[in-house]
Amino acid sequence: MQIGEVVGSVVATQKNKKLEGAKLLLVQPLTLEGKPRGTAVLAIDSVGAGVGERVLLVIEGKAAGDALGKKAAAVDAAIIGIVDTVDYRDE
Amino acid sequence: MQLARVIGDVVATLKDANLTGIKLLLLQPIDAAGQPSGRTLVALDSVGAGVDEEVFFVKGREAAFPFYPGEPPADATVVGIVDERHVPGQTIVNPSA
Repeated sequence: MQIGEVVGSVVATQKNKKLEGAKLLLVQPLTLEGKPRGTAVLAIDSVGAGVGERVLLVIEGKAAGDALGKKAAAVDAAIIGIVDTVDYRDE
Repeated sequence: MQLARVIGDVVATLKDANLTGIKLLLLQPIDAAGQPSGRTLVALDSVGAGVDEEVFFVKGREAAFPFYPGEPPADATVVGIVDERHVPGQTIVNPSA
């Protein structure tokens, strides 16, 4: 899993059937220091996250399908949690 | 999934039999602001997307799922066409236009 920040959302009428009803959020993966890392990914939201929040992101098909609650869904990324705090030892 | 702009299409007559009848699109991935980001790639189309449209695509094993029970050998498939993209302070409606 990765930590990311929700930076936007996307609306799409024409999409895969399994994606109907799913909320689509743009998530920018972050480094531990909170800097952007790589390109933003479009993830389905299963926890009710919003723009500006730090979230826990899975980038793997099976896990994302499980989060959506559908089998064999064409998804590869999902928000599965909202981060409250991250504690780590900076060495 | 990832955002991308359709920048072209690919025609291949001689190909895996499981790809018969499936459109191949050339994609340029973009970031949340709509700027090009990363390498172009070829993806299958499952929603009827066309050149100049803003879309999103799925990568990996799941790229074959929209064609179930078909099993095309694919690692990327377009699964949606973007109507609106919202980022703080900005709403981009119909970015494909």
